[in-house]
Amino acid sequence: MGLISKVVVPPENFYDDVEARKYTSFSHIVQIQRALELLALPDDHVPKLLLDISCGSRFSGKTLSENGHHWIEIGISASMLNVAMEREVEVDLLLGDMGLGIRPRVIDGAISISAVQWLCNADNSSHNPRLRLKAFFTSLYKCLSNGARAVFQVYPENIDQCELILNASMHVGFVGSIVRRKEFLVLTCGQHSINVSISKGKNEDGDSYSDKDNEDEENQTFFK
Amino acid sequence: MRLITHNMLSSNIKGVVNGFPLRIEAEKVMEKTMEMNSEFLEKMFEKVDWKAFVDASRAMGYTELPEEANSSMLDSDEFLNRFHHALLELDLEEGALVCPETGRRFPVSKGIPNMLLHEDEV
Repeated sequence: MGLISKVVVPPENFYDDVEARKYTSFSHIVQIQRALELLALPDDHVPKLLLDISCGSRFSGKTLSENGHHWIEIGISASMLNVAMEREVEVDLLLGDMGLGIRPRVIDGAISISAVQWLCNADNSSHNPRLRLKAFFTSLYKCLSNGARAVFQVYPENIDQCELILNASMHVGFVGSIVRRKEFLVLTCGQHSINVSISKGKNEDGDSYSDKDNEDEENQTFFK
Repeated sequence: MRLITHNMLSSNIKGVVNGFPLRIEAEKVMEKTMEMNSEFLEKMFEKVDWKAFVDASRAMGYTELPEEANSSMLDSDEFLNRFHHALLELDLEEGALVCPETGRRFPVSKGIPNMLLHEDEV
């Protein structure tokens, strides 16, 4: 498992069959587990209906199903058709656009590992990153139940991209924060009074974004 | 694709006002076995659109659900078993999901619906 340079290509081009399988890796499983922790689901031992938004390997299914919840996994790479043979019984996979197409208030939580930054790509003149992000976060906000969380692991190219993502999410009503060395973005639905202290997109230490973030980001790769 | 997912999906083609429920064209349906969790079923009962669920179950070849349902029926083991089976154990393997307004067919292959939109549908 070598390092892969960060590249900017539409997911359909980058995640071909070879890359989709390579992306099925231990680090991905660790990231999913971290995202699940950050979802902070109630400890009532009742399975939840959760959403996984991905543009990579279908291997998530096994990790997801081991947690006992029921999952709808939306992938935006057609290559998943080839990787998805090993489906788990608690995970339904579909290919979809970031408009999601899910009914209102039915999802108990959502995670996304290394997928959302694809929305920031402008791979041709008809694609507007702001509009795509708005469409995505609007539909995500709509389908989550009140108080539910969405957890994203993102690999933004630069500070502008990070702010673009965060601003788009907060614009539709999410309250957000960055945790764990700025790897994860945690968004909450409909709990403004509780999260007022982080409503301006600060991290756990209260720091706003700074130019220093750029140094860290330059060294990021898809695999660590 | 299980009916728990189908019941949550709607067509998001540009201009479609009410894209729910998607009509099911079933060519191949598989059955799986899952352990039942009655607490989960109680939660799902509140979320499920029952008429869409019954119609979808019929399209999948399962006809054991009542036309209408209320929460008191959750006390019945027989009802829970049928609800569980239809919601979680039927799997649409091959076929299509059809937008109720435009008739657009979203193919289902190997259990995976492809709902990627064309450029002019976004």
